[in-house]
Amino acid sequence: MAKETYMMASEFVLNKSRSSELIIPNTKLETDVVAQSIKIESGRQLADIKISSKNLNVYYGDNHVLKNINMSIASNSITAFIGPSGCGKSTYLRVFNRMNDLIDSFNMNGKVEVDGFDIYDKSVETDELRKKIGMVFQKPNPFPKSIYENVAYGLKIQGIKKKSVLDDAVEKSLKQAALWEEVKSDLKKSALALSGGQQQRLCIARTLAVEPSVILMDEPTSALDPIASAKIEDLMTELKDQYTIIVVTHNMQQASRVSDYTAFFYMGDLIEFSDTKSMFLNPKKERTQNYITGRFG
Amino acid sequence: MSSQVIEILQEKRLRSQKSDNPFVARSHYARLNKFRDNSFKIVGIISTLFGLAVLGYFLIDIFIDGVSRINWDFLTSLPSRKAEKAGILPAWTGSAWILGLTTLIALPLGVAAGIYFEEYAKKNRFNHLLEVNIANLAGVPSIIYGILGLEVFVRIMGFGETLLSGAFTLALLILPIIIVATREAIKAVPNTLREASYGLGASKWQTIKWQVLPAASGGILTGTILALSRAVGETAPLIVIGALAYVPFVPSSPMDSFTVLPMQIFNWTSRPQAAFLVNAAAAIIILLVITFILNGIAIYLRNKWQKKLI
Ligand SMILES: Nc1ncnc2c1ncn2[C@@H]1O[C@H](COP(=O)(O)OP(=O)(O)OP(=O)(O)O)[C@@H](O)[C@H]1O
Ligand SMILES: [Mg+2]
Repeated sequence: MAKETYMMASEFVLNKSRSSELIIPNTKLETDVVAQSIKIESGRQLADIKISSKNLNVYYGDNHVLKNINMSIASNSITAFIGPSGCGKSTYLRVFNRMNDLIDSFNMNGKVEVDGFDIYDKSVETDELRKKIGMVFQKPNPFPKSIYENVAYGLKIQGIKKKSVLDDAVEKSLKQAALWEEVKSDLKKSALALSGGQQQRLCIARTLAVEPSVILMDEPTSALDPIASAKIEDLMTELKDQYTIIVVTHNMQQASRVSDYTAFFYMGDLIEFSDTKSMFLNPKKERTQNYITGRFG
Repeated sequence: MSSQVIEILQEKRLRSQKSDNPFVARSHYARLNKFRDNSFKIVGIISTLFGLAVLGYFLIDIFIDGVSRINWDFLTSLPSRKAEKAGILPAWTGSAWILGLTTLIALPLGVAAGIYFEEYAKKNRFNHLLEVNIANLAGVPSIIYGILGLEVFVRIMGFGETLLSGAFTLALLILPIIIVATREAIKAVPNTLREASYGLGASKWQTIKWQVLPAASGGILTGTILALSRAVGETAPLIVIGALAYVPFVPSSPMDSFTVLPMQIFNWTSRPQAAFLVNAAAAIIILLVITFILNGIAIYLRNKWQKKLI
């Protein structure tokens, strides 16, 4: 299989000064397709790279879960990860905030960079990394505390105690997460008393309060009804001006609606990665075609 | 009773044979199964009643003997050679001291060890060995702890035959229970909570302190209180470390010598005079009330905690 080709296709052409040295400019045919779709900023057909992985391999014990993944993720965009269950989407997502470090059998090699910095360098503190790379989980998981405490938690653990600072941050984050109007009258209410959709927006607000630059979302709407899901999708579109968002989803409509780029994984391989439009209208690989049309997976 | 059962079963069979309802058990095998079901239910009820009946008989007997002896004087008097004048003040204050000190010693140690096993310990052979041994410790007879306490706390550490030695000894005794309860409570904390905390940049200790422990606290407290209700009834290890049978004063510091309620009860039951037996019965009622209150708190906390987690 022409593995090389699609690996190359997944590299964006870019010229962010700090990260420029990690980009391999592509001359292959596929590059054009990718490059075309990248937002045209100030007249250049180029996008900034936020995150990149090079020759990334991940293992859980003997289980080789991600196989030589090379990929660059554009900043201020939404990138969707799709693929059948167990193909490694969540694992890949959790590589970016080193959440997998909590699993004993986890093992990896290769390079992962955020803003050009190696996040698996020995000097990196996972706590600091996770403040910059926020995460929203599949099932809304608010803390069993008040709405206010949920949002303030990320700041309190950084030692911020001043009430006025916390109050402002809570209000701002809840507004950003489009939840403020619904909860402002009673911030002391237990977060567990909110509906599932509200809880998920609270989890997003909680993440925003820490002011990350990247938000990882692992199937953020899979536990929600269509209306609550639509709200989250709108929110994602609004947030992408300020944040780089990566979202794992099993919902093809969702991927095509909200994302700018889509990556298709299959059994630990990155099969295809391009802008969402060409991925869905004109997939290069038959596997991708079959998956997005629902013929397998 | 059994003849009644047979009658009921026979009647049921007759009824099922006459009925045309297609869903009644007709085959021999189906009826045999039904019979087994019913007979096991009866065996179960009898087994349950057996324990309860014996306990009930004992409670009623004690109650009849002792309840009239309980009054304010009984609670506030020192022991005496005259049964009518004797009270349990040193005994119940001693028990209260022991409970308090034991909690102060055992709770932090047990919780810290539980946290270590669940959150920090790598799954290696050494830790596995530790775990198995702690489980075994819970089964060591309490008198062995008494001998250990006598050697380590009374003699080597030089605490003497004091409340402090007693509390340390009982703390060791209930430590395994608290460790196991802490571990179970921490295990029951959903991982999603930890991930949420780590995901926001919390350190391990922050996650434990602000999320794991608060969520586990109900379970930890429940386990601790149940362990304490065991400790409050322990006699053997305290006899070994030198608790006194006759204490004519109220202990005022951890370095005082002491007695506890079960010691006082034991002492009175070994006297020949009937009046002392009445005193013993009255003291037993007090001890039981303390135990029931402790258990009641534990059950209350457990229910509250379960509701919170769901
Ligand atoms: N904690 C773990 N320990 C061991 N193996 C794991 C662990 N988590 C995931 N795996 C394995 O890694 C592989 C990839 O799992 P992953 O959760 O990344 O898949 P996924 O694409 O997110 O699937 P889904 O769509 O079902 O969420 C699977 O084979 C899974 O069994
Ligand atoms: Mg997943």
